[in-house]
Amino acid sequence: MNIFDKMMRLDRRWIFLFLIIVCVVTYIIPFKVPIHVVPEVRSIYDFIDTLEPGKIVLIAIDYDPNNLAELQPMTFAIVEHCWRRKIKIIFTALSQNGPGMAEQAIRDISDSMKVDKTYNGKFYKGREIKNGIDYTFLGYKPYYGLVILGMGQDFRLPFPTDYYGTPLDSIPMMKGVLNYDQTAGVIDISGGSITDAWINYGQGRFNFPLALGLTGVMTAQYYPYLGSGQIFGIMGGLLGAAEYEKLADNPGRAMGGMRIQLYAHMVIILFIVMGNVGFFMNKRKKKLREKGI
Amino acid sequence: MGFWGQFGVWLAALLTIGIISFLYKDNFLYKACEAIFVGISAGYWFIVYYWDNLYKKFYLQVTNHDLTSWERIIPWVGFILGVMMLSRLFEKIGWLSRWPLAFIVGATAGLYMMIYFVSNAMAQVASTIIPVFIGDWATIIANFFIVAGTFCGLVYFFFSKEHKGAFGLASRVGIWFLMITFGASFGYTVMSRMSLMIGRLDFLFGTWLGMIK
Repeated sequence: MNIFDKMMRLDRRWIFLFLIIVCVVTYIIPFKVPIHVVPEVRSIYDFIDTLEPGKIVLIAIDYDPNNLAELQPMTFAIVEHCWRRKIKIIFTALSQNGPGMAEQAIRDISDSMKVDKTYNGKFYKGREIKNGIDYTFLGYKPYYGLVILGMGQDFRLPFPTDYYGTPLDSIPMMKGVLNYDQTAGVIDISGGSITDAWINYGQGRFNFPLALGLTGVMTAQYYPYLGSGQIFGIMGGLLGAAEYEKLADNPGRAMGGMRIQLYAHMVIILFIVMGNVGFFMNKRKKKLREKGI
Repeated sequence: MGFWGQFGVWLAALLTIGIISFLYKDNFLYKACEAIFVGISAGYWFIVYYWDNLYKKFYLQVTNHDLTSWERIIPWVGFILGVMMLSRLFEKIGWLSRWPLAFIVGATAGLYMMIYFVSNAMAQVASTIIPVFIGDWATIIANFFIVAGTFCGLVYFFFSKEHKGAFGLASRVGIWFLMITFGASFGYTVMSRMSLMIGRLDFLFGTWLGMIK
């Protein structure tokens, strides 16, 4: 077996080992990598940043623990941005394990909001985030397509009470809020097919502004909706979250993860190149052998 | 963090290591972690389905005397259709399950038809029929790629004519567009998987070992 054969038949465990070493080393050593913001992420940031305080945004937490690493940083960055700007949020969680993700995010971001902070040179005084005033968490209901359609008529149809059992009519923030018409828009942070329902049943039927925060695996297939104007923004994977964190001047796990991602990608590219070099050199050798050279 | 919090973190860390150990080779620890995951998922889903569907959507509705008798009858229709679906388990009365299936197929088709057609067909076609030579040069290039990519991609999937000559050339360009799309999708998938690994590293080195704050 020559070197090119070895390059093509490298035991996958060596690749895993090399990748893990690179990831651990880049994780432990802190340094920064440049992050370039794309227009589709900036449009989501601008949408939140230009809303009047007191406006309502619906944020759909439609992911399970398996997407936590990619999507929770997005939720943190967007929700904190909204609350710092005193924008109210209606949360839904139409994925079965979503309520746990939403509750964890609400709890952690509420804690973070108690501290004074300065973002992009602007000072924000810490404050207590109150359920029913700053946000309403509607929770989970099965059959997301029907729930999305129902909310378009009246939030009270699929959700007579919020997640904690309080009737929507007794929640101060929900007074006069009937359906999507009273919200500025919807941001769906999703790790599955619920996104299709938001586009088809939600935006398609009720025509509200919709933006998506998606796992990397899903991102490419939703770009056509951006081109057609059905969605106004898209955040893809941890990179999308890092771009939002950069815009919001709120560095978190996503920006920290970018240095690992950069070097991990370089390792993968290296192995792809190695495999291809091995393949083409072997092919060349075979041709030369056939010609008797 | 209290005792149970610490216990949860240790358990999660050991299960994470157990799953990752598969990268070396299949082993007992991996199999045990996998079985735990499958069992807990099935149990969790069963409980959620029971409480969200059978309890909230059926039991609470039929026992709620504030509702009209009509509103209390409707959930029974769903319940009976559900029971009919289970008839598949018995060979002699298996045909009964066709009724709820027919209901599901009909209702879903009706719901999807117009909405999917408008969102996924009409809106996408409308965004493809665009003037190419408009705006700055970057927009012109982007528009050209959208039009050419859509046209050549469609030509590739046209099988009623042999792919030869100009038609074959357009088909070959079409497959290049498709390959680039798959490449972009694969790139995003790699990024996604790496993000999951970063999340686990964050947990192991940060939450579990406390090496990173």
